[in-house]
Amino acid sequence: MAAVSISDTPDGRRILALSGRLDSATLPDVWNASRRAAAEAGSRPLVVDAAGVDYCDGAGAALFVELLRHPREGAVEVTNLRPAFAVLLKQFHPDVLAHDLDPEPARRPAVEEVGFAVSVVWRDIRTQVEFIGELTSALWFAIRHPASVRWKDVWRICERVGADALPIVALISFLLGMILAFQSAVPMKRFGAEIFVADLIGLAMLRELGPLMTAILLAGRSGAAFAAEIGTMRVNQEVDALTTMGLNPVRFLVTPRIIAAVLMTPLLTLFSDLVGLLGGALTMQSFSIPYVTFLKEVDAAVNMSDFLAGFVKSFVFALLVAGIGCLRGLQTSAGASAVGDSATRAVVSGIILLVVVDGIFAVAYYMLDI
Amino acid sequence: MSAGNNDIIIRVEGVDAGYDGVAIQKNLSFEIRRGEVFGILGGSGSGKSTLMKVMIGLNLPIAGHIFIAGDDIVTADEATLERIQRRFGVMYQSGALFGSMSLLENVRLPLEVYTELPDDAIDLIARMKLELVGLEGFTGHLPAELSGGMQKRAGIARAMALDPSILFLDEPSSGLDPITAASLDATIRRLSDNLGVTFVIVSHDLGSVFVAMDRVILLDLAAKGIIAEGDPRRLREESTDPRVRAFFRREAEVVPA
Repeated sequence: MAAVSISDTPDGRRILALSGRLDSATLPDVWNASRRAAAEAGSRPLVVDAAGVDYCDGAGAALFVELLRHPREGAVEVTNLRPAFAVLLKQFHPDVLAHDLDPEPARRPAVEEVGFAVSVVWRDIRTQVEFIGELTSALWFAIRHPASVRWKDVWRICERVGADALPIVALISFLLGMILAFQSAVPMKRFGAEIFVADLIGLAMLRELGPLMTAILLAGRSGAAFAAEIGTMRVNQEVDALTTMGLNPVRFLVTPRIIAAVLMTPLLTLFSDLVGLLGGALTMQSFSIPYVTFLKEVDAAVNMSDFLAGFVKSFVFALLVAGIGCLRGLQTSAGASAVGDSATRAVVSGIILLVVVDGIFAVAYYMLDI
Repeated sequence: MSAGNNDIIIRVEGVDAGYDGVAIQKNLSFEIRRGEVFGILGGSGSGKSTLMKVMIGLNLPIAGHIFIAGDDIVTADEATLERIQRRFGVMYQSGALFGSMSLLENVRLPLEVYTELPDDAIDLIARMKLELVGLEGFTGHLPAELSGGMQKRAGIARAMALDPSILFLDEPSSGLDPITAASLDATIRRLSDNLGVTFVIVSHDLGSVFVAMDRVILLDLAAKGIIAEGDPRRLREESTDPRVRAFFRREAEVVPA
């Protein structure tokens, strides 16, 4: 327990007698009362009598510092504090603690904020263009000097990007095939046209959904992973170490990841197409369309150019998602949330790019009549 | 300092410490007295930090018991362990500050959670702790904006926020400049001498060992145990064990010709 008693002497001084134990548990008992008494003393000299204090740790010392630090007309004096505690109190400088030495910087005006945001976006676009150039040069170098590529890394990343993604790609594609089939079969049945569900699923999966869903999954799994891996290396100065060893981080870290993603994504897309069709075929069983009929109908509706239209896209999608993942990783700044931010930005930018590029493909295919 | 049984605040009994069931150190037993500055020394990889993790209840020992103020933290249930842990402060090797909070917020956090103090008192106490480690001008900075040594000093300030009776410091002076390291040693001595705070310090900074520490144990990787225990100044002068002498006299191993 801690206590404070206040008395005024005839010569005009105010005495604040503290007693008991002063630590973080007991300080609330006396904190406000002491401060109020000091404020009410006005310009009179203040004497803090600590004769009754039997224990005073860092929290207790805060009370003395609080009474000493505020500039006031009358003098403040701490008396009778035991030497052991006085030594602790002497460590602090009340005049230094009187004001905040590291205040928050004033906020920028709104116009400046807007300008700042625009310059950030502009700089980001510039780095992306620079990165595309750097990446192209690194890939060209890899093609001309295949022995320079770290193939051991490539196969390891292939396994993580490709084989490890099979279950989730299968699950999503199967579900997609089933849902598409079911949702379109119910209304089509009313016209006796449920056989055309096979055409729909065949075209939709092969041309659009197979490549797109695979690429979105790639962005969520591998794009984020690339950004986090490279981001962590950046935070741990591993990227700096590479640079000072004379190893180009893009060639060393980005090239294997891009090669792995470009090798694996088309295979995953094929797999996704197949599982999607399987999901559709399974659902159509319940609408009494046997597998053979379903397959024949798909075969008649879909030709090679439809398949290739989707397959070619998957290469481009892989390049985009892996590239932006690595770029965001390399852009990682310092701080605890930096790696998380990079992973988030990798997924968001990856999906935005996918949507934009898929739109460009759609227009191009329409113009080319594919 | 009297060494009566009541003065023992930490007792380590037959502890095997290591990872995944593989002991780096075997059958460690020692006692730490209240108010003592106690050093856990040894070369890198000798299991100093591993032992500290076991002593603060982060990892379970492979075998043995650890008593802190009479409570066995190995067999303690979660509530008891939390109660014991609240009485000590820990500074981790890298500072382990929360990256999304400013230095002041980092130091304020334990005070906000565990005390009933008014906000301005918490603020002042936190700023005093930062002044103690020379960071009064960086209260509003985020840890990422500071150098490694400054982060470490802020970690020490946070460990001291609640004025705990036991402080565990993992390599407090590595990465600090000599002036800051010396002032840290002085702060440690002041708290130990005047308030009876017990310090358990993992270190291999001989400068601070001889200045600040009352008693040390020296761990050895090859021997998997304690090869010396006692006052570091006496060990330096009196030990006959060549490994102990080499450590305290900072000698390279002698290669026979």
